[in-house]
Amino acid sequence: MDFGPYLMLATLEGAVTAAVLALTASGLALVFGVMRVVNVAHGEFFMLGAVLAWWVTSWFEGAAAFGFAFAILTVPLIVGALAALADVTVLKRLSYDPERTIVATIGILYILQQVTLMTYGPDARPVTPPFNTRLALPWVEMTETGLSLYWPWGLSITSYKLAVIAAATVILLALWIVMTRSKLGLMMRATEQDREMALAFGIPVERVYALVFGLGAGLAALAAVLIVPIQQAHYLMGGDPLLLSFIVVIIGGLGSLPGTVLAALLIGLSDGIISVFFSPTLAKILATLLVALVLVFRPQGLFGARRA
Amino acid sequence: MTADLRKIIGLHGAVLVILFAAQFFLPAYHHGNLARIMVLATYAMGYNLLFGYTGLLSLGHALFFAAGLYGMGLGMTQFGLGAGAAVVLGVVAGAGIGALIGALALRTEGVAFMIVTLMFAQAGYLIILYFGSYTRGDEGFVIQQADRLVAGLDLSDPTVRYFAALSIFYAAFVVLMWVLRSRFGHVLIAIRENEERAMMLGYDVQRYKWGAVVLSAGVSALAGAAYGVLFGYVGASFASVQYSIFPLLWVLLGGAGTMLGPLVGTIFMFYLIDLSSGVTTAYMLIAGIVLVCLTLFAPQGLMGELRNRFWRWLP
Repeated sequence: MDFGPYLMLATLEGAVTAAVLALTASGLALVFGVMRVVNVAHGEFFMLGAVLAWWVTSWFEGAAAFGFAFAILTVPLIVGALAALADVTVLKRLSYDPERTIVATIGILYILQQVTLMTYGPDARPVTPPFNTRLALPWVEMTETGLSLYWPWGLSITSYKLAVIAAATVILLALWIVMTRSKLGLMMRATEQDREMALAFGIPVERVYALVFGLGAGLAALAAVLIVPIQQAHYLMGGDPLLLSFIVVIIGGLGSLPGTVLAALLIGLSDGIISVFFSPTLAKILATLLVALVLVFRPQGLFGARRA
Repeated sequence: MTADLRKIIGLHGAVLVILFAAQFFLPAYHHGNLARIMVLATYAMGYNLLFGYTGLLSLGHALFFAAGLYGMGLGMTQFGLGAGAAVVLGVVAGAGIGALIGALALRTEGVAFMIVTLMFAQAGYLIILYFGSYTRGDEGFVIQQADRLVAGLDLSDPTVRYFAALSIFYAAFVVLMWVLRSRFGHVLIAIRENEERAMMLGYDVQRYKWGAVVLSAGVSALAGAAYGVLFGYVGASFASVQYSIFPLLWVLLGGAGTMLGPLVGTIFMFYLIDLSSGVTTAYMLIAGIVLVCLTLFAPQGLMGELRNRFWRWLP
C-alpha cells in the first residue's frame, strides 16, 4: 500500500480506539470531577464488563446478535451496581479521603482481578460480533484522465468497527445531555461545585456519590462490551485502559468531560498512528512521560480546581 | 525519656538478635525465606522513610528498586564489574534517578504526586522492556554463580547469603534509626505532621523532602541490587506496578512511621502470599483484601496499633 491509504487505515483503527477510550476515560473523569476520587480500580471495571459480556453472550449460542444486545443492556448495569456497592461499603467509610481512597481502590483492583482469575480463568475468550461485514474502502489516485477512485488491496474496515464509533458518539452525547439538561445532572454538578452547599440544599450527596461511582464504572463496562468482539476478554485486560484513561483524563483537564473527549481523540488517534509506524512500547513511553511532565509543569491548569 | 530510650534499645536490639539467631534453628526452607524477607524489608524501610516519616505517598518505588537491580545486573553483564562494585553502581543509579525524579515530582503534592511517581515508574518499566536486547525484558537474565562472589565469599551459599541479607538489613536499620533521631529526621517528621508550620519555622521544606526522596531511593536501590546478587535473577517484573504496591502494602500492614513496621509487615505478607499461593494461583487476592481491610479498620497498621494501645514510646 502507498502511504496515503496506509495512513487512512491507521486513522480509522485509531478512531475505534479513541471512541472506546473516550467512553472509558469519561467514566474516570466523572468520578474524579464529582467525587474527587482517583479510582485506580477503573480498569478492572472495564475488564469485568468484557468478561461478563462473554458470560452473558455464552447463554445465547446461535443467536449472537440477540445475546450481544442483551449483554450491552445488562452488563453495564451489573458492573455499575457492583461499583455502587463498593462505594457504599468501602469509600464512604473512608470519608473520601484522597490518599486512603487510592489505597483502597488499589485493593479493590486486586480483589476484582483475582476473583475473575479464580472464576473465569486465565484464558482469553472471544465474543462473536453481532454483525461483521467487511467494507472495502476507496482511495483517490491521479490518472491521466484526472482524479479517480480505486480500491487498494487491504484497505478495509468492518461494519462492526464503524458501529462502535457511532455507538460511542451517541452514548457520549447522551451523557452530555444528562449532565447539562437533566435534574440529575444538575445535582451532580452542584455536588461537584460545593459538597456542603449541595447538602444544605437538600441534595442527597451520599446517594449522588454512589450513583456517580456506579455510572463511572458502568461507562467503563459499556466501553468494554463494545470492544470485546474486537479484542477478546481476559482477566489482565484492565491495565492498558486504566493507564490510557489516566493519560487522557490528565491531559484533558481532570474532571472536564469535553476536555476528556478531546484528549481521547488526540491520544487514541496518535496512539493508533504512532503504533503503526513506530513501536507501540515507544508510543506508551512517550505518553506516560508526557503525562508526568504535564502534571509537574502545569499542575494549576490540570489539578488546580482541587484547591478551590 | 531515658527509660523510654532503654525500652527502645531493648526491643529493637532483641529483634536484631532474634534475626541473627534464627538461622541456627530455622529449617532450610524458612531460612531461605527469611533471607529474602530481610532484603525486601530493607526495601520497605526505604519506602517507610518517605511514606511513614515524611508523609509522601509514592506509587513508583519499583523504579528505584529496579534501578538498583538493573544497575547491578547491567554493571556485571555490560561493564564486567565484580559483585561489590556492581552493587555500588546499582545504589548510585537508584539514588541518582531518585534525585532527578524527586526534583520533578516534588513540584506536585498529594494525589498529583502519587500519579506522577506512578507514571515515571511505568515509563521506567516500559523503557526496560523497550531495551530488551540489553535487559532481556520480561524474561530477565540469571546472574551466574561465578559472578556472585564478594571478597572470596560465595553469595549463593545459603549461610553466606543469610549473613549478607542480615548485614544489609542491619546497616539500613541502623542508618535509618540514626537519620530519624538526627535533626534531619526530626524536620521530616515535622513536615509530615504540619508542613506549613515547618515552613514557618524557617526550614527549606522542599530541600528536606528532596533529601528524603534521595535517601529512600538509595535504600530501595540497595535492596534491589542485593536482591539481584543474592538470588541471582534480574527481570522486568520487579519494575512493574505490583512492586510499587508491595512496599506500600508491607508498610501499611506493619505500621507506617514505625521502625519495626516494615519488617513485621513484610514477614506477615510474605507468609500470607506464600501460604495462599499453595492453594490458588490468585494469591494477589489476599493482597487486595488486606489493603482494603487495613484502610478501613487499621490505618495505623500492626505496630501503629500496638503503639496506640500499649507502647507509647515506640519509634
